[in-house]
Amino acid sequence: MSEAVDFRYIGTRPVRPDGLDKVTGRANFGADFTLPGMLHGRFLRSPHAHARILNIDLEAALAVPGVKAIVTGKDFPEVEPGDIQGGEGAGDYHDLAVNVMARDKVLYHGHAVAAVAATSVRAAEQAIRAIKVEYEVLPAVLDIDSAMAANAPLLHEQLYTEGLPEKPARPSNVAQVMESTRGDIEAGFAEADVIIERTYITPTVHQGYIEPHACVARWGQDEQSLIWCATQGSFDVRSMTARVLGLNVSRLKVIPSEIGGGFGGKTTIYLEPVAIMLSRRSGRPVKLVMTREEVFRASGPASASKIKLKIGARKDGSLTAMYAWLGYEAGAFKGSPMVPGVMCVFAPYDVPAFKAEGYDVLVNKPKVAAYRAPGAPQALFATESAMDELARELGMDPIELRLKNAVRDGSQAAYGPKFNSIGLEACLEAARAHPNYQRPLEPGQGRGVAVGFWFNVGMQSSAEIHVNEDGTATVIEGNPDIGGSRASMALMAAEELCIPYENVRVVVADTESAGFTNVTGGSRVTFATGMAVIEAARDIISQLKQRAAALWNVDEDMVDWVDGKVVPKPGINVEAEPMSLADMAAESAKTGGPLLGRASLNARGAGPAFSVNLCDVAVDPETGKVDVLSFTAIQDAGKAIHPSYVEGQMQGGAVQGIGWALNEEYVYNGDGVMENAGFLDYRIPVASDLPMIDTQILEVPNPGHPYGVRGVGETPIVAPLAAVANAVSAATGLRMTELPLSPPRIVAALEAAKG
Amino acid sequence: MKQHVSSTVNGEQMEFLCEPDETLLEALRDRLNLTGTKEGCGTGDCGACSVLLDGTLVCSCLVFAPEIEGRELTTVEGIASPEALHPVQRKLLEHAALQCGICTPGVVVAAKALLDANPNPSEEETRYWLAGNLCRCTGYDKIIRAVLDAAAEMRGAAP
Repeated sequence: MSEAVDFRYIGTRPVRPDGLDKVTGRANFGADFTLPGMLHGRFLRSPHAHARILNIDLEAALAVPGVKAIVTGKDFPEVEPGDIQGGEGAGDYHDLAVNVMARDKVLYHGHAVAAVAATSVRAAEQAIRAIKVEYEVLPAVLDIDSAMAANAPLLHEQLYTEGLPEKPARPSNVAQVMESTRGDIEAGFAEADVIIERTYITPTVHQGYIEPHACVARWGQDEQSLIWCATQGSFDVRSMTARVLGLNVSRLKVIPSEIGGGFGGKTTIYLEPVAIMLSRRSGRPVKLVMTREEVFRASGPASASKIKLKIGARKDGSLTAMYAWLGYEAGAFKGSPMVPGVMCVFAPYDVPAFKAEGYDVLVNKPKVAAYRAPGAPQALFATESAMDELARELGMDPIELRLKNAVRDGSQAAYGPKFNSIGLEACLEAARAHPNYQRPLEPGQGRGVAVGFWFNVGMQSSAEIHVNEDGTATVIEGNPDIGGSRASMALMAAEELCIPYENVRVVVADTESAGFTNVTGGSRVTFATGMAVIEAARDIISQLKQRAAALWNVDEDMVDWVDGKVVPKPGINVEAEPMSLADMAAESAKTGGPLLGRASLNARGAGPAFSVNLCDVAVDPETGKVDVLSFTAIQDAGKAIHPSYVEGQMQGGAVQGIGWALNEEYVYNGDGVMENAGFLDYRIPVASDLPMIDTQILEVPNPGHPYGVRGVGETPIVAPLAAVANAVSAATGLRMTELPLSPPRIVAALEAAKG
Repeated sequence: MKQHVSSTVNGEQMEFLCEPDETLLEALRDRLNLTGTKEGCGTGDCGACSVLLDGTLVCSCLVFAPEIEGRELTTVEGIASPEALHPVQRKLLEHAALQCGICTPGVVVAAKALLDANPNPSEEETRYWLAGNLCRCTGYDKIIRAVLDAAAEMRGAAP
């Protein structure tokens, strides 16, 4: 439970330390670096969704003036298979290497085939056009059903389904199956008075960060290389790039730039090993920047899904059994978020019997990457749509139905552990009492309710705090600041050290200057790296006590830290003035040298986060256009360190979810070519599409953190899909089971209902 | 054959050589080292490269660099005075209206242009004016509030 009751700084809303840089254009993002003599690189990408590479002819390309190096798959070492450690999405190092640069086959439209470094972007583009590649086009599989069909064309001839009792006789496009079960679902469904059974479909979507992937790399003849890049995890870039190039990690230094959004999509690598290889071949630094079109075609979008769900309940609303079949598209290499999908599909509910079976399915599309609560939006779109339909069948209030079945403290989570100190009931009660839940609706309008959930993670973090000679402090950590985390770290350091927030500076350091730190992802930074900052500050306080004890010639346990000062404990008879951090810093030469605190940890006890969303929409029956009239996000954040940035996560996640529900999808033609690879046609929400996003932060303290913090960033995107779809279903009287609910789809549904 | 371009950028006379088909965005970033103007799409859809050309809001990725010959350009680097941030910049910070910050330069330029043209915009007018500035982090709520707050402050209205 939270130790500090009255906070000085925690819960306030100061301006972020890096704010000025970011409103004046001074902040340097991935594409903002240049080095003397730097070359510019471009990629040649596959025009086919599936093809064998028969020959690559570089002769004409190498003759283009200004071209300094060209690399293809032949220039990269073979990489042994092995699970990628520490990233946010699932994946394999061999696959990663082949995704970065195709070898014998291309597996999706946009797969990298060659890269050129030249003295200008124009020269590089000219050379790309001059490369001649001979392909043998192969049949492609583009969705779960065709990939799982008997005799489907195979992406990988050596891939055998994992997770079965024994190795199957034949290779398959299903990389992994998984089952999670409790109780007897047949008996459970037999007891049910009402059963809802539906199939839910979601499309491939993209994280849609505004900054395209970018890096600059410099190879050295001493084999020491430098990479500047926009990433969610500089240590992950280091380990992945080293693995792909066959180097040890000490040969690489990764300097993270500011990062222009990621949402999970920048937890892996695309450019870095290629930039290093081009630099090695040319002897010059090389910059690689994706175009927006390349971001869509060749980075890692989020899985399309097909989920069959069946739920049963008694007349009083109590659930008797739940069953789910979950198919997630992995793209061209194994590693969709099927596992977390299976684990979370029933997480909000206490149900006596359930079974979930998941399938990780390969298709000829880009390998998916993590996207904010990977796998959960798809899974809970199904669950929360079905719960809404169940409430209607039973004539129950949808919040009442959820309260009746909600997990609470002591419930055994469907994914294993017993819940302790969770906020689902509190969120549901707050939603029921919210004025936005009472507002009368007009004809043509509808209201949707849905629950969101994410596990949250801890993982490894390091932090150092250097106390300056005037008593101000510098925090050094390794998580790129993607949404204001410098402010959270500064608040926590200020709180512990009892110095003003403005006296703390936070440095996001490179891989040679910060201790090892896992990725900025999993909603872990404020929780886990924040815990490291708190422990580093407490390390300083413990040193202050030791030093004061030595100065005062008393035992260390006779010294206290009270209100930002070391003081003798009550009743200790010693001539001693209380001393602040600044007083002690001034005495550092006499007391043992500079003050430096540090901590490294593998954080446990990341508390799961629940949310409830309310959404009101109006549907225009003629055009099928949906207007979001109001949206309310209620979430258990644990202790909110900087409430404005917590609200910001809730609002941003809500709007990404609204986009997923209403507009966003990869539109493929029959050849596996994405037809809308730009922001004009892949339409993310814009300001004029939206109302204000109302937020209510609940603070159920997480017992696993000194201040009660729990992860915040991912849960917000989970509930909106069903909240919006339930609202549209209410407004139209038609159950919507396939996203996005774009105007043509709604018009078609309305027409079909008319008969 | 490169072209010589001479124009006023953030109040200062500047000259550079560029390709005839080079975009203003490329010239700003690669020739003048003004990297505050960002490229999010290169097709005029995201607004991250917003600049003011003779006071008019444009996407610099849709303007050829030679087109600014003899004209006045303001980029995000030219919005604040040496003494103080523009109220839009200050209010964006006070409202925590940026998360990653990549769209922020474009939002600053576009919002300044809005308030230059209309000192008292409604929420709806502000939402439509900024509809060309994509932000993927914030859901726009705090951006809209910050711009409306900046407008109120500039009008001298009570907060």
